[in-house]
Amino acid sequence: MRYRAGFALLIALAPACAGVALAFLPKPFLVLAPAAAYAACAIFLLGLPARLWRWTSSPVPFRIPTTCGQQRSLAWIPPARLDNPSTGLAAAARMLLEVLTFRSLLRNSRSRAGDGAVHTRDSLGLWLAAILFHWSLLIILLRHLRLFVQPVPAFVLTLQKLDAPFHTGAHPLYLSDLALLVALAYLLLRRLADPVVRYVSLLSDYLALWLLLGVGLTGVLMRYLVGVDVASIKQFAISLAVFSPVLPRNCGPWFFAHLFLACSLAAYIPFSKIAHMAGVWLSPTRNLANNNRAVRHINPWNAPVKTHTYAEWLEENKDKLKSAGIPQ
Amino acid sequence: MRERWLILLGYGLFVVFFTFPLWRAAAVGSSASMPRLQSSPAGQCVAPVEQMRAAHMDMLFQWRKDAVRHNNLSFVAFNGKVYSKSLDGTCLSCHDKQQFCDRCHAYSGVSGPGCWNCHNDPRAFAPKVTP
Repeated sequence: MRYRAGFALLIALAPACAGVALAFLPKPFLVLAPAAAYAACAIFLLGLPARLWRWTSSPVPFRIPTTCGQQRSLAWIPPARLDNPSTGLAAAARMLLEVLTFRSLLRNSRSRAGDGAVHTRDSLGLWLAAILFHWSLLIILLRHLRLFVQPVPAFVLTLQKLDAPFHTGAHPLYLSDLALLVALAYLLLRRLADPVVRYVSLLSDYLALWLLLGVGLTGVLMRYLVGVDVASIKQFAISLAVFSPVLPRNCGPWFFAHLFLACSLAAYIPFSKIAHMAGVWLSPTRNLANNNRAVRHINPWNAPVKTHTYAEWLEENKDKLKSAGIPQ
Repeated sequence: MRERWLILLGYGLFVVFFTFPLWRAAAVGSSASMPRLQSSPAGQCVAPVEQMRAAHMDMLFQWRKDAVRHNNLSFVAFNGKVYSKSLDGTCLSCHDKQQFCDRCHAYSGVSGPGCWNCHNDPRAFAPKVTP
């Protein structure tokens, strides 16, 4: 248990080292770069629906939403429409807010026993780090479109401008870069420093974080410190998008480390907890309306049970009951 | 299950977003070719071409700092030649802003650090020669 984070780091270092090594291998080996990119995309785009298909095969016979407020009841009792959705629309609204703002993480709390009582207090660090990380990652992914699309879409240029309000030196600092690394560092340190969280952290938890940190750090290194030939990298990226890959010449070791780490991450997504990007939509505790008392839900695969009701019994023994003088 | 097709529809939507570069490239008809830049007429830049492509912005900022803050105007290149640390006098004497700087910056989607907030493109203001 003590070495999970270390083992995960070793696994994550493998693609990074392979990438750095690639830059020093003979030219023909460069063909590994487009091969890795296509393989990773294929695994990601086929693995995700395979996992989705397995999930869609799971039966959800009953409504099991997590309720966090007053359910719809009598007219004079105000219901919590979002936290206890009674209609499909309200459930969809709650789901959307969950995906966009992570409302459930706002309920994260820490408990501590002391003074003969259990004290609970809100713990919003996780929510803050999670929302910083996810939104930064989205902005960074969208900004990467400048490397894949020619001419660069206007919204990407606008996003770049908004993301770097401070012109610091030759490399304007993207706030999303900063936020991503700070948030990832917090999420990793949270697992390492807190004994309770460390106890429940598995190798896969650390691996996802190390891979993301690796991708982020190599990206930041290229942009702010070592400098890379962006035009050559764009030529390589766009050649992948138009399916006529060119060999990535003049791209440097850090680019290959970045690429291989990103490929490992993309290929790892369908098999890991990062598949929550698809799974969150399918979570039956989130995507169902709580109308268990308003609507009768019948388990669709209930076996037909042979019953014998009292009414039927009365009907069958009508004559006997009558002759014995028993009132019906 | 009846939701299965809804779920796969959602995945299809995701794939459409994910493959945006593919169909955008098909729609615009873009190719992988990067802008071909003319090498400098002098035949040799102040640093090897790989270094210039990766880190010219750092050199320009260093030059600006040296010139403006320290009045240090001479740059000894890797091959021993001495250049003046001047965007107008050195860089733009070989390279053309529109043909050299702008094309690559536009291709890479790099807005540029604002050289032209202070500097002029000398060729844009050159007197037009009437034939």
